[in-house]
Amino acid sequence: MAVTIEIPTAFRRFTDGSPKLDCNAATVAEALSILTSQYPGLSRHVRDDSGQIRQFLNVYLNDEDIRFLGGEECAVKAGDKVLLVPSIAGGSR
Amino acid sequence: MPDIYQLRCRECGKLWGNAPRSFCEDCFSPLEVSYDYQALKSIAVKADLARRDFNMWRYAEFLPLPEGFQFPNSVGGTPLVASRHLAKKWGLRNLYFKNDAVCFPSLSFKDRVVATALAAAQRFRFKTVGCSSTGNLANAVAAQSAQQGFDACVFIPADLEPAKILNTAVYGARIVRINGNYDHVNRLCAQIADRFQWGLVNVNLRPYYSEGSKTHGFEIAEQLGWRLPDNVVVPMAGGSLITKIAKAFGELVRLGWVEEKPVKFFGAQATGCSPIASAVKRGLARFEPQKPDTIARSLAIGNPADGPFAIKLIRESGGWAEDISDREIVESIQLLAETEGIFAETAGGVTAGVTKKLLREGRIGSNDTTVVCITGNGLKTTDAIVAEYPLTEAIAPKLEAFEAYLDAQLVTPAVAQG
Repeated sequence: MAVTIEIPTAFRRFTDGSPKLDCNAATVAEALSILTSQYPGLSRHVRDDSGQIRQFLNVYLNDEDIRFLGGEECAVKAGDKVLLVPSIAGGSR
Repeated sequence: MPDIYQLRCRECGKLWGNAPRSFCEDCFSPLEVSYDYQALKSIAVKADLARRDFNMWRYAEFLPLPEGFQFPNSVGGTPLVASRHLAKKWGLRNLYFKNDAVCFPSLSFKDRVVATALAAAQRFRFKTVGCSSTGNLANAVAAQSAQQGFDACVFIPADLEPAKILNTAVYGARIVRINGNYDHVNRLCAQIADRFQWGLVNVNLRPYYSEGSKTHGFEIAEQLGWRLPDNVVVPMAGGSLITKIAKAFGELVRLGWVEEKPVKFFGAQATGCSPIASAVKRGLARFEPQKPDTIARSLAIGNPADGPFAIKLIRESGGWAEDISDREIVESIQLLAETEGIFAETAGGVTAGVTKKLLREGRIGSNDTTVVCITGNGLKTTDAIVAEYPLTEAIAPKLEAFEAYLDAQLVTPAVAQG
């Protein structure tokens, strides 16, 4: 499926400035591995040493946090957007 | 004089100087303000406090303020209320309420964080400031922006309590209502901070902002006679405040202003949004995000950014986390008002109710010194309890009407059960 990964500014120094990556993937996990194989410098920023998505990186499929969709193995469909957003705000009562 | 503070990554330790940024561009973990404690020790003098007003600026050396900073209006300096009735009812010798329901200017502890965030906004020459907020923060940003001449633009979930929206609008702030919950608003703000040159207090100014929370902890220690309590019960939304109170206590120990002692940190959440409490109780390595469903909307953050740090602190301190139902929140608001004369918002009901639960579970000792943090004012969340108080029938302005009224009132008025 053709999906678009949106890349936040802080990540773009690892993507030659590119703000997004179009790729063909069946799941979010697959999309992320295409991203990190295309831009290997990003790998250690996306996953920790145990291979899990980093604790302070939130990944969304369209509007939903993937943790509500069963995690990174959730299926994607054509035209979906995958968003990477550092977990920075919060505590904002 | 060079700054004695700068941003440091909480995970990899890399130093980033001072800039409007909130996460490490190497490992994408959150940044926090770190201090040169040797230098701090030489400029922070405890005896100087005697000459200063009782507000948060008395701890200025411990805060990331720009050089030559002119203190704006008084913020913080709230009462530490020694509980009499509730302490007796619960069988506790030393129970205190740190009452930020009366924090100025906007009646919540968020005034403290906004004060340090706007100091940073001044330093970085932002003209427009803003925040994502569930209400209290928006109130504080709007009020202090009006005082200091910033343009304010705040982003809130569309379904927020009308009183909290009004309490922001009245200061002339621009309000952008978002169809979504707080976590959606938060995510949007992270993207906005990425795109526009705005000082979003809890996004790109977040490390400076959260330092303001320390003053809640400094005041507790000073008001206890420069002693640390045995237990602190803190409401948790994003999980930041509890870690900053711990940081404050740690700094006072480091500078020798208080004696070191173990302090147990207890976190309080509403069951309808309890990702941190749930992780602590279930022993999870990582919290699981939740979709908030609670009347305690000021705590309704399902994806708490500081959750991992709060969980670690609670565990390492020997504390615990608990959560209570919406019904218990309402009852606890009433109990606190009826016994101590403190009208807290829903989050205050959460901490009071959780304290009661911790007592029942035997986690708080009767001889311990326990401080319960009240972080917002009940006038902001009247919708949560209005149904409890139906209007009574009006009577004629005549003595016989009053006598008839008294006759009809043979039933003793209900008293909240503690």
